[in-house]
Amino acid sequence: MMLEKITILGGKDKDGIPEKIQRLDVRAGEVLAVVGPTGSGKSQLIADVEQYVEEETLTGRSVLIDDQPADKNDNKGLSRYLVAQVSQNMNFVIDMSMEEFLLMHAEVRAIKNPRQTIKDVLSITNELSGEPVSLSVNLTQLSGGQSRALMVADVALISNSPVVLIDEIENAGIDRLQALQILTGQGKIVLVVSHDPTLILLAGKRVIMKNGGMHKVLVTTPEEENISKDLIKIDKKFAHLREQLRNGNSIGAEKLKKEEFTAWPKF
Amino acid sequence: MRFVIVAGTPSSGKTSVMIHTIRHLLKDDLAVAVCKIDCLQTSDDERYGRLGIPVAIGLSDYICPDHFYVANLEEIENWARKQEADLLVLETAGLCHRCAPAVYGCLSICVIDNLIGIDTPKKVGPMLDTADIVVITKGDIVSQAEREVFRYKVAEVNPLARVMDINGLTGQGALSLKNEILKSHDLNEIAGKELKYPMPAAICSYCAGETIIGKSYQMGNVKKVDFGGTE
Ligand SMILES: Nc1nc2c(ncn2[C@@H]2O[C@H](COP(=O)(O)OP(=O)(O)OP(=O)(O)O)[C@@H](O)[C@H]2O)c(=O)[nH]1
Ligand SMILES: [Mg+2]
Ligand SMILES: [Zn+2]
Repeated sequence: MMLEKITILGGKDKDGIPEKIQRLDVRAGEVLAVVGPTGSGKSQLIADVEQYVEEETLTGRSVLIDDQPADKNDNKGLSRYLVAQVSQNMNFVIDMSMEEFLLMHAEVRAIKNPRQTIKDVLSITNELSGEPVSLSVNLTQLSGGQSRALMVADVALISNSPVVLIDEIENAGIDRLQALQILTGQGKIVLVVSHDPTLILLAGKRVIMKNGGMHKVLVTTPEEENISKDLIKIDKKFAHLREQLRNGNSIGAEKLKKEEFTAWPKF
Repeated sequence: MRFVIVAGTPSSGKTSVMIHTIRHLLKDDLAVAVCKIDCLQTSDDERYGRLGIPVAIGLSDYICPDHFYVANLEEIENWARKQEADLLVLETAGLCHRCAPAVYGCLSICVIDNLIGIDTPKKVGPMLDTADIVVITKGDIVSQAEREVFRYKVAEVNPLARVMDINGLTGQGALSLKNEILKSHDLNEIAGKELKYPMPAAICSYCAGETIIGKSYQMGNVKKVDFGGTE
């Protein structure tokens, strides 16, 4: 199932005052970052999108799918597969091998070529986490990073929902930039709650939450895009260092200093 | 008065889900009364009590809690009518996977959580497949993939039920349940209504307090394991 865009129609903030932003469109292949201090209403916004079928949400927001209101009576239909979520709190709890479970999930989602698909899921998982696993591994034995990587890969290829909600995966030990690229590359609409500047600037736009309401929408400027590129370089370096340390290597002090200073001056 | 029966496996989130749902109902100015059935002990009465609504508890003690539940439905109904409730919520103990408390004419809700394992929907059989509404909780802590597979397994057991995801901690999704409850019909009288699924028989010597093991201590309705006749 593919769609062009979703539209969030504004409701009220915590004091019952209409939100500043009364209409927010997000298109297929776009990433919207949701930012703001703790308690500003980020998770509620995500929850509202997830519950788009609901007639009344506490915030009074509503969600349009390709400019149409959601079909409220569509209990068994496709609409409940509209949104897939990946968050930091989620873990795999089923005592089953990755292979067995992915085949089962592929069957549930009527995937045409399940064997090939789960191979692809595996390779994305391994690319994202950097700690390779095999299909025979039990789900409950996956590390935090591997679990999150598998969740992204599964959402990208098997869940196949057009809208993906990502809730603070910055500390999850996966290549989150690549994760976003994989998801948007599949033509998905991605909403990402984040405090991480690299991730926020990678999004085409961001909504700033305040007192429970959508306060402001900013489109990423060309200048921010440049900064974003630098941040990604730093991020890559970070990942590289992590890899070196993890593999038991010593890091050449001089080499590091030289490279560091060329990357940082923008700040 | 609407009569809502809430069943489900132990600790699945029955009380958490109903507290959020009742909050929404109270906002609509409905008078709600709650009764909780359990075996030996419960603190659910305290939790419901904080909503400022009438709460009763029934502890079955030495009797099967589900038999105790059926035997008391009329009395519980009368109690709730005396409280002038528009809506009675009856939360069962949910200990026995064989018992299904659903009654024709009442709205039956079965609450199960994503953590119980994907084979469990089959095991809870009658409790799940006689429900009008199935609520699935604890989706916040398992992967999207598991939620989807679990939901599918639930739909296999009960294809007719309306299935909804509710987060018992935040109450996300409880508004849909409120709306479903509002759609349900009033019940004139529970006496004369019928259980959707018969309770298991339990009239043996152990029901009557016997504690010693062995054939000679057993009387009444006793069933033995069938080992396949290879003796
Ligand atoms: N993470 C998470 N925890 C939940 C959710 N729903 C309930 N819980 C927790 O699960 C535990 C049991 O919840 P209860 O609402 O007491 O469950 P219950 O089914 O009424 O339990 P009994 O009446 O004792 O059988 C509590 O610690 C809840 O906080 C949920 O959706 N997510
Ligand atoms: Mg309870
Ligand atoms: Zn029983």
